[in-house]
Amino acid sequence: MSSLYDEVAPTPGADVPVRRVTIDVNGQKRTVDVEPRLLLAHLLRQGLALTGTHTGCDTTSCGACTVLFDGRPAKSCTMFAVQADGHAVETVEGMGSASGLHPVQEGFKEEHGLQCGFCTPGMMLTAKALLERNPDPTEDEVRWALSGNLCRCTGYQNIVNAVLWAAKKMRDEQTQEA
Amino acid sequence: MYPSRFSYESPKTVQEAISLLDRSGGEAKILAGGQSLIPMLKLRFASPEMLVDINGIPGLDYLRVDPDGTLRIGALCRHEDLEFSTTLANTHPTLAAAADLVADPIVRTRGTFVGSVCHADPQGDWAATMVALGGKIVAQGPQGRREIDVRDFVLGPFANALAYNEIAVEAVIPGAKGTARGGYLKLERRVGDFATASVAVALDMAGATVSHAGCALAGVGGRTIDANEAISVLQGKPLTAENIEAAAEAVAAVAEPRTDHRGSADYKRHIVKTFVTRLLTNIAKSEQKAA
Ligand SMILES: Cc1cc2nc3c(=O)[nH]c(=O)nc-3n(C[C@H](O)[C@H](O)[C@H](O)COP(=O)(O)OP(=O)(O)OC[C@H]3O[C@@H](n4cnc5c(N)ncnc54)[C@H](O)[C@@H]3O)c2cc1C
Ligand code: FES
Ligand code: FES
Repeated sequence: MSSLYDEVAPTPGADVPVRRVTIDVNGQKRTVDVEPRLLLAHLLRQGLALTGTHTGCDTTSCGACTVLFDGRPAKSCTMFAVQADGHAVETVEGMGSASGLHPVQEGFKEEHGLQCGFCTPGMMLTAKALLERNPDPTEDEVRWALSGNLCRCTGYQNIVNAVLWAAKKMRDEQTQEA
Repeated sequence: MYPSRFSYESPKTVQEAISLLDRSGGEAKILAGGQSLIPMLKLRFASPEMLVDINGIPGLDYLRVDPDGTLRIGALCRHEDLEFSTTLANTHPTLAAAADLVADPIVRTRGTFVGSVCHADPQGDWAATMVALGGKIVAQGPQGRREIDVRDFVLGPFANALAYNEIAVEAVIPGAKGTARGGYLKLERRVGDFATASVAVALDMAGATVSHAGCALAGVGGRTIDANEAISVLQGKPLTAENIEAAAEAVAAVAEPRTDHRGSADYKRHIVKTFVTRLLTNIAKSEQKAA
C-alpha cells in the first residue's frame, strides 16, 4: 500500500490505523485499506490508478475531480475514501470504452466539447447525471447543471452543444427501442 | 492537500453518535455533507481527533410538512433536496428561492441544510432564511432533546450554541399564519460564490395586509443580520410603494457591511435596500394579480 500515500501523504507507519473498505468502482468491487484522511480523489488516482479523475483546484471549486457517488455528482477532493465504503463510485473510466463511447462522450467528440481536456471527465459525469434526471434539458438547464464545473479553455459553448447533442441521441435511441 | 490524522467513526444511530461525541470530550466533530468541514480540515484550520460521520444514519434525510404546516428538515437533507422539491415553493417560498443559490450544483448534492446552519458562516444563505422565518434547531444530546431559536443558535462567525456532545438533528420552520409570501435575492460574483450581499424576506399575508414580516441578511456583517425588527414596520399594513420604501430604508440601516474585495460598505448597503424593495415589490405585484 505504501505507494498509495507517497504522493499525497506520508506513508502511515504500522501504528496508524487503517480501515478496510469495499467500494463499487465502475461496477467492480474493490477492497482496499485506507487511512481515514485519504481523499477519495487520491484513492482513485494513486491507489487504483484511475487517473481520469483530475484534481484541479483541490479546494472544492473547479469540479474537475467530479465523480458519480451513488449516481449523483460529487467532488472527490472533498470526500474521504472511507466514506465510500459500501457505496458506488463511477469515474470517467466507467462511462464507456474507446470502441463503445457513451453518448455524452460521443457528443464531446462530435461537437468539439474539449480543448485541453482537463475539465472534461468532470463535465461528462455531471452531464450524464443531468441527462438521467432530465432527458430533454433546455440550453439554460444544461448551463445551470454544469455551473459547478469550470473550464479554462472552451468558453463553454461547445460543451453545452455536446450535452444537447448527447441528450438528443439518447432520446432518439429511446424511441427506436420503444 | 490532506488533513492531519483523525480517527473515523460511522455510527448507525443518533444515540451512538452522541455517545461518541460525549466520550471524545470535545475533540470530535460531526461530518455531514463535508462541504465546509473537509476544506477546513485540508487547510488545517481545524484538526479534530475524531470525525463522527453521520451519513450512514438512516432516517435523517427527510424534508416534510406536518399537518399544521410546520416544515421539518432532517440533518441529512441535502441542499439539492430542497432545490428539487416540488412543493416547497408553495409552502416556503423564501427557502425555495434560496435553494439553487447556495454554492454550486455539485456542492448541493452533498451539503446539508442543517450543516450549513451549524457552520454559522456570516455569508451562509440558509441561516439567513432561518432567521427570517423564525426557525429553530432541534439539538439532541445525552440529556435528550431541546429546541433552540436560530437567533440563539447562531452565536457568531462559525460558532453555534451546541454543546460538544450534542447533534443538530433537525431544523423546524413554522408554517405561515396566512398566505406565505417571500423570496431571497443574492448578489454573487459568479456561481458558487458566497454572497456579496443577500436578503431573505418572509411575509404572512392576510388579504392585502401584511400580518407578519420577517427579514434577515447575509454577507453584510460579522454574522447573520437579524432584520426582523426593522421590517416589522410593515406589520398590519398593505404593501404600498411608501410602505415598501420605509421598510427597505429600515432594513438597510441595520446592515453592518464592511468594505472588502467584494465591494464597498456603501455599495453593499445600497444592494440591501434595492433587494428589499425588489422582493417586496414583486410580492405586491403577485398579490395584485391574485386579487
Ligand atoms: C465551493 C463552495 C461554495 C459554497 N458556497 C456557498 C454559498 O454560496 N452559500 C452557503 O450558504 N454555503 C456555501 N458553501 C458551504 C456549503 O453550503 C456547505 O454545504 C455548508 O456550509 C455546510 O454543510 P455540510 O453539510 O457540508 O456540513 P459539514 O461541512 O459536514 O459541517 C460543517 C460544520 O457543521 C458541523 N455540523 C454539520 N452538521 C451537523 C449536525 N447535524 N450537528 C452538529 N454539527 C454539525 C460540522 O461539525 C462542521 O463544524 C459553499 C461550499 C463550497 C465548497
Ligand atoms: S479538484 Fe475538486 S473541485 Fe477542484
Ligand atoms: S478543455 Fe481545458 S479546461 Fe476545459
